[in-house]
Amino acid sequence: MTVPATAPTAAAAARPAPGAARGIRRHLAYSPWLFAAPGLLIVAVFSLYPFVSTVINSFTDRRTLLPGHFVGLANFRELLHDDMFWIGLRNSTLYVLGVVPALVILPLLLALLVQRHIPGIAFFRAAFYTPVVASIVVVGLIWVWMLDDRGLINALLETVGIGKVGFLSDQWLLLVSSMAVTVWKGLGYYMIIYLAALANVPRELHEAAAVDGAGAVRRFVTVTVPAVRSTMVLVAALSSVAAFKVFSEVYLMAGPNGGPAGEDTTLVMLVQRVGTGLSGRVGYASALSVVVFVVVVALMLLVLRADRKEDA
Amino acid sequence: MNAPTVTDAEGRRVAPWQLVLRYVLLIAVLALTVGPFLWQLSTSLKGPHEDIFSSPPSFLPGDPTLGNYGRVADTIPVWDYAFNSLKVAAANVVTNCVGAALAGYALARMRYRGRRAATLAFILAMLVPVEGLIIAQFTTMRELGLNNTLIGVLLPGSISAINVLLMRNAFLNLPLEVEEAAFVDGANVWQRFLRIALPSVKGTLAVVAIFAFMGAWDDFLWPLIVLSDPDKFTLTIGLNYLHGTFANDERLVAAGTIIAVAPLIALFACLQRYFFRGVGEGAVKG
Repeated sequence: MTVPATAPTAAAAARPAPGAARGIRRHLAYSPWLFAAPGLLIVAVFSLYPFVSTVINSFTDRRTLLPGHFVGLANFRELLHDDMFWIGLRNSTLYVLGVVPALVILPLLLALLVQRHIPGIAFFRAAFYTPVVASIVVVGLIWVWMLDDRGLINALLETVGIGKVGFLSDQWLLLVSSMAVTVWKGLGYYMIIYLAALANVPRELHEAAAVDGAGAVRRFVTVTVPAVRSTMVLVAALSSVAAFKVFSEVYLMAGPNGGPAGEDTTLVMLVQRVGTGLSGRVGYASALSVVVFVVVVALMLLVLRADRKEDA
Repeated sequence: MNAPTVTDAEGRRVAPWQLVLRYVLLIAVLALTVGPFLWQLSTSLKGPHEDIFSSPPSFLPGDPTLGNYGRVADTIPVWDYAFNSLKVAAANVVTNCVGAALAGYALARMRYRGRRAATLAFILAMLVPVEGLIIAQFTTMRELGLNNTLIGVLLPGSISAINVLLMRNAFLNLPLEVEEAAFVDGANVWQRFLRIALPSVKGTLAVVAIFAFMGAWDDFLWPLIVLSDPDKFTLTIGLNYLHGTFANDERLVAAGTIIAVAPLIALFACLQRYFFRGVGEGAVKG
């Protein structure tokens, strides 16, 4: 599933389980494993084992139908000389830089907008969540149609006299358009996370600031932002990891080959293209995947470190 | 809009100008988030002789018809695809709810050697990015002989680590005394799980169910990799195919996307109260 859950699960992992009576264990020594077995099995076979085998495969020349041999760092050396790899890395990085600031700030403003319990607000909250619910394929096809040369947005631009813009034909506009779609689809999701955080901001802080004569903008900067800062870091972490791994938006809008001359290919698109099919280069695709792992972990550490530094 | 007397949940009066501004902004965002879906719906209802490329655009179909929905079914077996998606999504709900509840209970409420290791396994699995695993999952699926089957589409996400950890947190938040009392009264672990613990975490279970359904129904990358036989396509893959084949008739593509999204929006509209409550309670607090 694509919906990233939030960090508290990991944070709560450290909490000790309250001690059940000793007898519980003696009575049913077998059952804990019986309870956990299905979950452990699925996770071991489809997450942990594939992770280990990806790392191992990255040092081989394995192909879909051929077993492959150990080739050391050859795949990684080849990456350095592969133009497509650098294009993918560039685009995935640009995606993070373009999408993350928007997804940290806009959903917060949206959450402030729907925070008050005014009549009809439940409807608006649910409606703003609609793009999150819709499949990425549906979203992609809708925006391809909206941004088409003859689509709604160009028709509107023509009507007001600006003229057509080739959103889907220009290499850079394509990437920017995909980013806009990613932001559009993610707004509602991060809005909900911010809503939960805003609920914990004490009202008195705002009132005190208002008494001191702070306007809305000033209260936002001096009260709201500091109060939800850790949530902003969480959103930055989640959205940057998701942005770096982008596949569907670009695949759907730029096509399987990644737009003009493949210039819009992202890293995960490259993994999919190189590694699948009957002649798929499993070893090389695994090396690409390892790069994705490393960057994702680095991004998380970077964001979390930024959080800690500001705390100090 | 009876502005002057409106109060918010805390019983505070909201200034009328503020309220008007708020609704104006809300409606603007509404147009931005829901508008594209309505435009797609409108396109799907436009008749064959209507100019769908007119400038200025016409927002209402001049010659409304449901014919495009029939024509989608003539060009791709869209109802079969929808049924495939439904099968995978329904199975995903069952496996995730059952599997995550069982494992979550084991992690939260039982004491045994290896419990920490089991918890760690789920946390690690949650942190590994799926996008980097797809090739290895694909080769694993080949080895299991499950490529190009709906079971193969289902299995990797059938009990997702994040759901296990969500359920674990929900169980941890329950007071232990009730279960201890039941234990003293002689209830065994199944009875305590089924009769006491499970009914108390319905909210989280509902969130898991909704996410599981949406996740399976909306998934694109994994089915794209695992399925090669058009008979077995799920709706998302079928739509991508429709787009590739009939890009010239936007009415058909539009009708196809509406078929894919309408059931989800309806489902979400029905369940959104539980969803927002459940998310507010458990998933994103902290």
